[in-house]
Amino acid sequence: MIVPLVMTLWFSFQRYNLLDPTVSGFVGFDNYNYLINDANFWASIINTLLLIGTVLVITVVGGVLLAVLFDKDFPGRNIARLFAVAPFFVMPTVAALIWKNLILHPIYGVFGSFALALGLEPIDFFGQYPLLSVILIVSWEWTPFAFLILLTAIQSMDREQLEAARMDGAGAIAQFFYIVLPHLSRAISVVVMIETIFLLTIFAEIFVTTAGGPGNATTNLAFLIYARALLEFDVGGASAGGVIAIILANIVAAFLVRSIARRLEV
Amino acid sequence: MQASPARQIGLALLGWGVAFLLFFPILWMFLVSFKAESEAILPGLTFTPTTQSYSQVLARADYITFAINSVVISVGGTALALAFAIPAAYAMSFHPTQRTRGTLLWMLSTKMLPPVGVLVPIYLLFRTTGLLDSRIGMIIIYGLMNLPIIVWMLFTFFKEVPKEILEAGRMDGAGTADEVRHILLPLTLPGIASTGLLSLILCWNEAFWSLNLTTSTAAPLTAFIASFSSPQGLFFAKLSAASTMAVAPILVFGWLSQKQLVQGLTFGAVK
Repeated sequence: MIVPLVMTLWFSFQRYNLLDPTVSGFVGFDNYNYLINDANFWASIINTLLLIGTVLVITVVGGVLLAVLFDKDFPGRNIARLFAVAPFFVMPTVAALIWKNLILHPIYGVFGSFALALGLEPIDFFGQYPLLSVILIVSWEWTPFAFLILLTAIQSMDREQLEAARMDGAGAIAQFFYIVLPHLSRAISVVVMIETIFLLTIFAEIFVTTAGGPGNATTNLAFLIYARALLEFDVGGASAGGVIAIILANIVAAFLVRSIARRLEV
Repeated sequence: MQASPARQIGLALLGWGVAFLLFFPILWMFLVSFKAESEAILPGLTFTPTTQSYSQVLARADYITFAINSVVISVGGTALALAFAIPAAYAMSFHPTQRTRGTLLWMLSTKMLPPVGVLVPIYLLFRTTGLLDSRIGMIIIYGLMNLPIIVWMLFTFFKEVPKEILEAGRMDGAGTADEVRHILLPLTLPGIASTGLLSLILCWNEAFWSLNLTTSTAAPLTAFIASFSSPQGLFFAKLSAASTMAVAPILVFGWLSQKQLVQGLTFGAVK
């Protein structure tokens, strides 16, 4: 991966357009300048961070709640669990299309028909709340992942400790916050790390549903660079975006690796 | 501790309710795939099941090509990644140096780089070398894409093998190759299998590279499904049938391998 990385760096200082070979040459930091003064670029950074942050919160909270629920015994628990983890194995393009056309579509979707049946105005999700819709889809895909990992973690918990706490009069909520949650902290940090790795690079869900729009409402950094390079053929500008994406990822990675590395025995 | 019946029923309702909600989009896709196209746009629950969408999707000769591409490049990419990762993980777990830990962390951090960061050079490299839209090209990309995670997983599994066993083998005159083939691989087969499983799932579902580097000849099912998003191609029943066929194998696969996946994905940190 080093070769393409160096090439990206090199291209980012070049004027390079795939359609127009006559335009070329070293331009210094022009590509970066252009990018930094582009409102779309800042919107894409904010969208990227919003997407990652919101999805992390939703999936971790949802995953913990689900894990606690499925830790309890109830009839058919194992089969219900299979259904609950299923979304994780669905390919992103399928997930995006199903949600877009069959669930969220204002006219043909399930939500829309529900609203109509209740006499309400159907919501045009991707038109009115585009980023929220993407977050909804991505959270749907990743909550089962968090759930799966956290359930495994919760099942390894020492039951006698809980029993002892109950004897001492700890209520369910106190037990959760003082015993269950600390026990899960290691698993949660693993979930956060793995999800961040994949969420930084979310692409298919956006490509299929909104193509970054309307306007730049759902353009994340990944999509912005894609659009620059393969829709506008501006290799220089796209490469500059790529370099910035790499820097951003490294900042996130530095934080993550530092906090995770301590928890992993290497 | 035995919960009261009322509590049991409440838990069951809650658990099944949540599971149903999460599964609903998949269930709905499955149901719509058996509707006739004219019924598919209506959200009604009563319909005469028909498999016509399936036969129509299957009748498109290219569906088979996409499916074969998916299988070939997922399996190929996984095999390639394992071929590189096994020696790498072996070296790092049994002959560690001062820098091993740093190398491992560095590898993992490359996985955090957005692939778009290297999209342009890879696109251009592939264009000049003729790898664009070829299965070989996709196998290479898929192999490299998951390599960091695969090395990590294998490293974790290899670490659990007691060093004494390998040393005993060496005493008996086994070279490095024998050591790996006859001692390490059989011992860690479950770990290698779960690593391979995860890689297969990731490759099968991968969309970024397949959408950007393939057009027709090497395009896998992810790209085929994405082609349904074009405005003139919206046939809900056919979309659902194609999606169901694309998702079903890997879903069953995932269900069967949940346990190994958790162990692998968390690098053994979560028991």
